[in-house]
Amino acid sequence: MVITREEVLHVARLARLSMSPAEADKMREQLGNILAYIRQLDRLDTADVVPTSHAVEMGTPFRDDSVHPFEEKEEILKNAPDREGDFFRVPRIIED
Amino acid sequence: MHEWTLLDAAKAVRDKEISSRELTRALLSRIERINPKINAYITVLPEAAMREAAARDEEIARRRVRGPLHGVPVALKDIFCTKGIRTTCASRILKDFDPPYDATVTGKIRAAGAVLLGKQNMDEFAMGSSTETSCFGPVLNPWATDRIPGGSSGGTAAAVATGTCFAGVGTDTGGSIRQPASLCGVVGMKPTYGRVSRYGMVAFASSLDQGGPIARTVPDAAVVLATIAGYDRRDSTSVDIPVPDYLAATGRGVKGMRVGLPREYFTEGQDASVKAAVTKALTSLISLGAEGVEISLPHTGYALSAYYIIAPAEASSNLARYDGVRYGYRADGAKGLIEMMSRTRAEGFGEEVKRRVMIGTYALSAGYYDAYYGKAQKVRTLLRQDFNEAFARVDVILTPTAPTPAFRLGEKVDDPLNMYLSDIYTIPANLAGIPGISVPCGLSPDGLPIGAQLLGKHFDEESLLAAASVIEREIPLPRVAPLEG
Amino acid sequence: MRDNQGMEFEAVIGLEVHAQLATESKIFCACPAAFGAPPNENTCPVCTGMPGVLPVLNRRVVEFAVRTALGTSCKVREKSVLARKNYFYPDLPKAYQISQYEMPLAVSGHIDIEVEGETRRIGITRIHLEEDAGKLVHAGAFAGAQTSLADLNRCSVPLMEIVSEPDIRTPEEGGAYLRRLRDILVYLEVCDGNMEEGSFRCDANVSVRPKGQEEFGIRAELKNMNSFRNVEKALEYEIRRQIEVTLDGGTIVQETRLWDADAGVTVSMRGKEEAHDYRYFPDPDLLPIHVDQAWVEELGKTIPELPGEKVARLVSRYGIPRYDAELLSSSRRLADFFEASVAAFGGNPKVTANECIQWKDAVAAGKLSPETIAHVVEDRETGKVSATASRKLVELAIETGKPVRQLRDEKGLTQVSDAGELEAIVDKVIAANAKEVASYRGGKAGLLSFFVGQVMKETRGKANPRVVQEVLKAKLG
Repeated sequence: MVITREEVLHVARLARLSMSPAEADKMREQLGNILAYIRQLDRLDTADVVPTSHAVEMGTPFRDDSVHPFEEKEEILKNAPDREGDFFRVPRIIED
Repeated sequence: MHEWTLLDAAKAVRDKEISSRELTRALLSRIERINPKINAYITVLPEAAMREAAARDEEIARRRVRGPLHGVPVALKDIFCTKGIRTTCASRILKDFDPPYDATVTGKIRAAGAVLLGKQNMDEFAMGSSTETSCFGPVLNPWATDRIPGGSSGGTAAAVATGTCFAGVGTDTGGSIRQPASLCGVVGMKPTYGRVSRYGMVAFASSLDQGGPIARTVPDAAVVLATIAGYDRRDSTSVDIPVPDYLAATGRGVKGMRVGLPREYFTEGQDASVKAAVTKALTSLISLGAEGVEISLPHTGYALSAYYIIAPAEASSNLARYDGVRYGYRADGAKGLIEMMSRTRAEGFGEEVKRRVMIGTYALSAGYYDAYYGKAQKVRTLLRQDFNEAFARVDVILTPTAPTPAFRLGEKVDDPLNMYLSDIYTIPANLAGIPGISVPCGLSPDGLPIGAQLLGKHFDEESLLAAASVIEREIPLPRVAPLEG
Repeated sequence: MRDNQGMEFEAVIGLEVHAQLATESKIFCACPAAFGAPPNENTCPVCTGMPGVLPVLNRRVVEFAVRTALGTSCKVREKSVLARKNYFYPDLPKAYQISQYEMPLAVSGHIDIEVEGETRRIGITRIHLEEDAGKLVHAGAFAGAQTSLADLNRCSVPLMEIVSEPDIRTPEEGGAYLRRLRDILVYLEVCDGNMEEGSFRCDANVSVRPKGQEEFGIRAELKNMNSFRNVEKALEYEIRRQIEVTLDGGTIVQETRLWDADAGVTVSMRGKEEAHDYRYFPDPDLLPIHVDQAWVEELGKTIPELPGEKVARLVSRYGIPRYDAELLSSSRRLADFFEASVAAFGGNPKVTANECIQWKDAVAAGKLSPETIAHVVEDRETGKVSATASRKLVELAIETGKPVRQLRDEKGLTQVSDAGELEAIVDKVIAANAKEVASYRGGKAGLLSFFVGQVMKETRGKANPRVVQEVLKAKLG
């Protein structure tokens, strides 16, 4: 198998996706198929090829160092699932 | 009236033959009848649209025309942020999200005087080729409601094809404008990467995403493209090149145009009706002075693999912000932060999104970067080189848009790899950043639309519009699906 | 360095500094970068990671980093790449930090430091740009608080990370390196260098090895040191701890340890943090940063004389002790003030230096002019004011802003130093104290101070005690 269940669970944790063992197994099968297909790239010799890191060939544009405050704090907070005053509120981190 | 072209509608409003209110009312009532059948819209804005229409009419009375879309009702894929109007990306995780700002595309559409009818259904976070992954239910192909409309801009394509908007703006990362346009018998265009601002267009794969028009005719698409294109300081990947007269380009003709025919896109075992229809498109171009040239794009077969590493990798990073902290869905009753985030994302994202986030995270993870992401970036260079070499010999490239006409609902939804193969002809353009257009060129024996794809050089949308316009004129086809409503 | 049971160890220390850049706006959006606003006041859709937003790079951030590179003899890369560092945390809105990874802005520099009279060169591995995260406040002072509160004001404030080579060998060197680096950044006006307020932060990597061994030992990362002194103390403690562990036969664990300033120990964070896989990749929303030679040269012209050069020049030009030169050079403003003072009166630079150092806070606050110090020093040297009076005069000058000579005359603080003027008074005192005169002439030399006191009383403290003494000695015999 291209990918093990442990790897699936490890990646799921990295990606913050809860996953039951059954889900992990289904994911493992589907990812395995996809990754196996993708391995066809190994057939290509790309030793001397420069990677395309960016779609556009130019330097990054700059902006001036001037302040333009957004000034609509409520707009930033209005979608908060939980808030306390003007803070976003989240559960504490629990050591497991 | 709903079958008018956008240009005709715009002219009628300007000439005061019809009011924006009449147009808008007509389309809103059509949406009310038709949308339950095909589910193209997530959000419809009857009151706001009528208010806007009234304002546009009032301006016309004062001889004020904002732009080429003045008073014309259009709609946006629900991936463009619209301040004050929920923007969901067809995901449970953003089901009630109210953006604090407008996308640049949204602003430009409004500045041109258009009336916004609503937000259109799509594959969740633009990940899909059939619009079956929406949390609001799938969109049905108006030509055959047991079939999919294509994706991820399936809602926009279906809405245009049912006359429930005069045009729409979709997004295309691996073919998500072109493929549904092809399957729904309408025109769809992906501009050159950097042509249309991505600011406010919820990101799927940042180096591949582009917004573009879906409309019933090539000139309509040209006008919408001209409206949304242009440099935007808020998007660092936006290119500062003037916007040419795209509408004028549609009348240019194709005399002397060299049309490349890549052998990798015309294979044995290809769907016969697709091949026949695209051949007809080629014939129409040649009959008007173009020249067919056989070319090769040798690395085509690797494009899908490279795409299914790069797009999920970028997506896994772009979608990490949906963690239940500042907006969107948050899972209940979690004991601690990590559980809250993990359950929020597991419950808020659909299966396809999760699959791609997993692939992407894996491809970037320690020990795998070079083998996957690094490798895919190199393959991308090879694909760009293929196109560069081809465009030294031809002006445009002609291919089918999709390997088959619309397939049945549910047919591929549990077979991701098979689903991904729907995009084999469209993906390379995104990887190379070049523009592409799909224009209807035939119907299958079952009466399902087939589209021809034209690919062009960077920032040469004009040649594509010229060629697509010829195909459209030479192969007249119904642009509104015969769906009763 | 340490001698234990015959085995000598040396410490290998590398320091990582995060400096907040003193720009007006944030690195990728136009929000104010200022400190101290109400929660979530200085935010916008971009720095709070709303769906669909995109970053645009602040040019001044690049300028500041290039100038820092030039000020530390680093090589500026013509092309550098901004990369995403991916991890989940409530104070990180996009769930990735835009930073730089394989291609940082500058590499391979150094800072020279002086410890115990010896100069050492500490290498700088790299300088790169990144954005700051917000702040997570743990709600409730009571134990068992279930929630945390996120304030995103600080998100996307521009940071510059400066990584030293592991060339530092002692806590003193570490302190000297940090102080010198801070001074350079303040000189360049790219950072206000305040460790207590968090605009200048330091983490340390520490390991030990037997002296002479080339291979590095296992290192621990130290965090949570909020002053230069705390860095030195933490390094001292950790080095000792690692040596003890090693001598006891244990092994050093590669881990992060927090400095507990109250207890004076480093504490392991092991078990509290998971290994991070940051999945770095070039940010597709931002293109590479291009800094061409012409721009580097243009920025090079804005580099002032840096602390190292200034200290050396003050010592050689003014002959002041190195210690004084370093104190004066801790602030460009103070050093300039000192030089202006000396120029205003070409007297004893050492005295002027002392005065400038003594009044450095007032100088920093802009409450003193170089002329004030120059005049005070001149008056002291010519005997026109006493040391006590001069102190009072400077205080008055700070308070009132008036010129010091005007104050001297108004308050009548001019000391009488003319022997001729004092003779009459001395005669008067001698005449009035015949008994003591006789005792003095009889051998009680200690009585001289009594006479001096009497003269001072007569002149209400205005006489120059030194001159009085001389006149008295001459007359008393």
